[in-house]
Amino acid sequence: MSGEPNFSNRKYVIGGIAVVVVVLYMVRLFSLQLMSDDYKKNADSNAFRKDIQFPARGLIYDRRGKLLVYNEASYNIMVTMNEQKGIDTLEFCRTIGITPEFYEQRMAEIKSKHGYSRYTPQPFLTQITAQEFAVINERLYQFKGFSAERRTVRHYATGLGAHILGDVGEVSEQDIAEDNYYSRGDYIGKLGIERAYEDVLRGEKGMHILLRDVHGRTQGRYQEGRYDKAAVPGRDLTLSVDLELQALAERLLEGKLGAIVAIEPSTGEVLCMASSPTYDPRQMVGRDRGKNHKALAADPMKPLLNRAIMGTYPPGSTFKITQALLGLQEGSITPDIAFPCSHGFNYKGLHLGCHGHSSPIPLVPAIGTSCNAYFCWNLYRLLGNKGKYGSTQAAMTCWKNHLVAMGFGYKLGIDLPGERRGMIPNADYYDEHYKGSWNALTVISISIGQGEVTATPLQICNLAATVANRGYYYVPHLVKNIQGSVIDTLYTKPHYTKVDRRWYDYAVAGMRKAVVSGTCHAAAIPGYEVCGKTGTAQNRGHDHSAFMGFAPMDKPRIAVVAYIENGGFGAVYGVPIGALIMEQYLNGKLSESSQAKAEKLQHQHIKYGDYVR
Amino acid sequence: MSGKVQQYPIFTIDWVVVVIYILLLVFGWFSICGATHDIGDTDFFSWDSRTGKQLVWMACAGLLAFVILMTDDRYYYNLADAVYWLMMIVLVITPFLAKDIKGSRSWISLGAVSLQPAELAKCATALAIAKFMSSYGRTLSDMRHLIKAAGLILLPMVLIVLQRETGSALVYLAFFLMFYREGMPGSILFTATAAIAYFVIGVRFSTITLPHSHTAVGEFVVLLMIWLFTVILSAVYLPGTSHWRRLAVWGGGATVLALLVSRFVVPFDVAWVQTAVCVGIALYLGYQSIGERIGRYVFIAAFAIGSTAFLYTADYTLNHVLEPHQQTRVKVLLGMEENVTGAGYNVNQSKIAIGSGGLEGKGFMNGTQTKLKYVPEQDTDFIFCTVGEEQGFIGSAGVLLLFLTLILRLVHLAERQTSKFGRVYGYCVLSILFFHLLINVGMVMGVMPVIGIPLPFFSYGGSSLWGFTLLLFIFLRIDAGDRLRAKKR
Repeated sequence: MSGEPNFSNRKYVIGGIAVVVVVLYMVRLFSLQLMSDDYKKNADSNAFRKDIQFPARGLIYDRRGKLLVYNEASYNIMVTMNEQKGIDTLEFCRTIGITPEFYEQRMAEIKSKHGYSRYTPQPFLTQITAQEFAVINERLYQFKGFSAERRTVRHYATGLGAHILGDVGEVSEQDIAEDNYYSRGDYIGKLGIERAYEDVLRGEKGMHILLRDVHGRTQGRYQEGRYDKAAVPGRDLTLSVDLELQALAERLLEGKLGAIVAIEPSTGEVLCMASSPTYDPRQMVGRDRGKNHKALAADPMKPLLNRAIMGTYPPGSTFKITQALLGLQEGSITPDIAFPCSHGFNYKGLHLGCHGHSSPIPLVPAIGTSCNAYFCWNLYRLLGNKGKYGSTQAAMTCWKNHLVAMGFGYKLGIDLPGERRGMIPNADYYDEHYKGSWNALTVISISIGQGEVTATPLQICNLAATVANRGYYYVPHLVKNIQGSVIDTLYTKPHYTKVDRRWYDYAVAGMRKAVVSGTCHAAAIPGYEVCGKTGTAQNRGHDHSAFMGFAPMDKPRIAVVAYIENGGFGAVYGVPIGALIMEQYLNGKLSESSQAKAEKLQHQHIKYGDYVR
Repeated sequence: MSGKVQQYPIFTIDWVVVVIYILLLVFGWFSICGATHDIGDTDFFSWDSRTGKQLVWMACAGLLAFVILMTDDRYYYNLADAVYWLMMIVLVITPFLAKDIKGSRSWISLGAVSLQPAELAKCATALAIAKFMSSYGRTLSDMRHLIKAAGLILLPMVLIVLQRETGSALVYLAFFLMFYREGMPGSILFTATAAIAYFVIGVRFSTITLPHSHTAVGEFVVLLMIWLFTVILSAVYLPGTSHWRRLAVWGGGATVLALLVSRFVVPFDVAWVQTAVCVGIALYLGYQSIGERIGRYVFIAAFAIGSTAFLYTADYTLNHVLEPHQQTRVKVLLGMEENVTGAGYNVNQSKIAIGSGGLEGKGFMNGTQTKLKYVPEQDTDFIFCTVGEEQGFIGSAGVLLLFLTLILRLVHLAERQTSKFGRVYGYCVLSILFFHLLINVGMVMGVMPVIGIPLPFFSYGGSSLWGFTLLLFIFLRIDAGDRLRAKKR
């Protein structure tokens, strides 16, 4: 140690610093706790009242500016348990119109809730209308510990679009845990657009800090409101949905299970999206929401299911368009090559039936008449081309990649919760399923949209939009405009398929031929060149009836899909429904004969068995 | 008592520290009760509650303390380097194993328990640095040794910053207090403190102006500080001369005159006069240095010039060099802007909670402000405001005094070590405790920026409790071993 300079006196400096800091902090404590008038006023724990300011939720309009969803004032009666002493319970019950039994039960419920606090106002009775509240408000001051809170309640202008709009309800424990913005009793979008655009619609809560005297009377703002936060109202949304079109779609689906989707191909905006059975969104408002929701959830026909994005169906013959396109791109077919069809595909003992038409048949008429054999040959040649791909597995991967690029097999990403991805099998799937021994013939039914292949009506409609655009699509979306903001870039950049622009002309020609002289001549609309494709999807029960189409052929304005469960041939329900939707949108109205057709379709109900689907 | 029993270090341990430690733990636990439970809810011991868990962490800490006391103190010296480097490896891999919790990747999950290696790294660093400094011939008056020692501290700091735990990283600055005790030139500590003060005050109050003048309050106060510091330095380092008196009178006079002119004649920016005063002082001292004891004059002159330059460059850097988002971060840290999660609002809530405690507080479990959950991290970083609300001035001042006693006692214990290793380690411990106290309590009372670090022994959480227990009891063990050997002699 000798030789080193001795710094031990510095211990006094260090000790001194500690003493000075602690003394300064004690002075600070002293001033906070004993000197400051502001804080002394607050020595009484009741001195502060934090009034949460609830923002108005954003409104929702349709694409023509019609108001769909708005707010109305509603009130919650809140109770703060440790202040609620010695009130006349009977009088209270009479005032707000409840029975003493209900009062006891409600109090017990509140106390048993997870996270219950005696110091914060707890919701006692919620969603009281303005009229009811006017009576209660006059006398509420008599009941210590009870207070009122102004909220808004959602109102739906029409009974339409339940699956699109969704609804709002009280936050769940999980919502609170996931986002600390919410506290008990807050409202949150539960389904549909209300859920998907919760962040935009909800706005931001504000808070007023009020000072209260010993009697609990408000004495004014704390520090002239310097620490108050104003509520920021939610932003309004304009949907791409056309309300009239939506109304027609829902009408046409009456008494049937299924979905209708229409998209504007040039933007990816969804023009209508109907799913049947549906329900009235107005019944999901107010105090009965829980009860009604439970009833809907228990319905075996599943009215809460949005079949347009959650129903995964075999696409049937509509899928042949994808096969034609990828076949042309991969060279397994050419526009001119013709295949024989003797009432079906017959090869190596395998038979897959087809209806009668001329044979051999080239591509465009094959689409027009929906020839099964043609597309079986196509897939057979594609998967069997070992020279090009090396193995069936590699060819299968190529096939799958094409379909994924066309929007199948994965969620498209529409701005609604709960979208399903459908199913596009890949090589691994078959390797596992068939233990490695499979070939084109084993899986031949995928070439006509059967077998393992499934898709949502939205994906099929997106296919129609892609063909209408000749090779690209915008991710379908329901929101056209967000007030003071822009929609997600996901919805504004085109997605190109892996098929060249030129091959699309043949798909369009085929779909045109189907309307002119093929399976869906009923889709023709006077004055427009309509393109279409039927689909009849085999199924355990009666076949599903499907149609996809777009119009006009050049500069398309609408792409549509109609998918009716157990509706039989595509031409039975799919085609006329699809045609009516297109006509309504293109002309803004239906012709007289179409009106009659719509009327007839509306009342044509399909008998479904009682089995749980 | 037989001589044999006396050999155990547990009988020579410093009981004052142990008693304070236990008092803080107990007081801390009751505060956590207050912060996490509602009145009437007495389920303090359930594993589902924070208080129940904290009891388990406390029992583990007790066990840990016992094990430390039973271990031969020479191990701590011998293993210091190995433990340090092992800990650095753990810190490197932590971000890869850790889940993202509020943007920070610093928690390693081990089943039911999550550990924060950064808390334990403090102890490892303290041991390593104590060992480094106790090697023969190491002195901090020597710049090379100081830089090497600083390197040992900077490494864990950088690693912890990479885990996005800036608060925990800043704690390592506490070691500079120990450096000061061990001979780091005092001017470094003083200059660093002054620079931080200039920056904080200069920037924080740059937007408010003095009444009836165009002078920014921040600039005015900082220039006043520079003048004052220069005068004090002159008085201390140039004894026997009348320079400091001259500087005080001229500088003070010029400033007061400028203020009066600005107030009654024509408003102008007083800071120009003050800047002139500071530069003038530097020139005066520079002139005096010719022919006298050059070093000290030059140092003080350089201090005056450097400080003035620093004030203007800091302001310029903040407003013109930094990117907007970095500016915001600095401003949020200084409390000039509310951040998105509303740190300023929370501090205000915390002040209200403390303020509402009054002299005697609302009583155990009667705090209401803290129960409304308006203050975040109520049972961890902001635990002191529960003390303030429920125990009042008496309770919270008591806690501060308890901490002060602990720190002063540790200074005493550190000074009585016969080994330099023990002394340096002791100072590390007390510096870290002091830094936590300074920042945490200051933050809760709104006089320090919001830096999320726990209050030792009080805040809820196993990692921090074990980290501090480890830190403290290793020192107690070293001290006890020292006493034991002294007794034998």
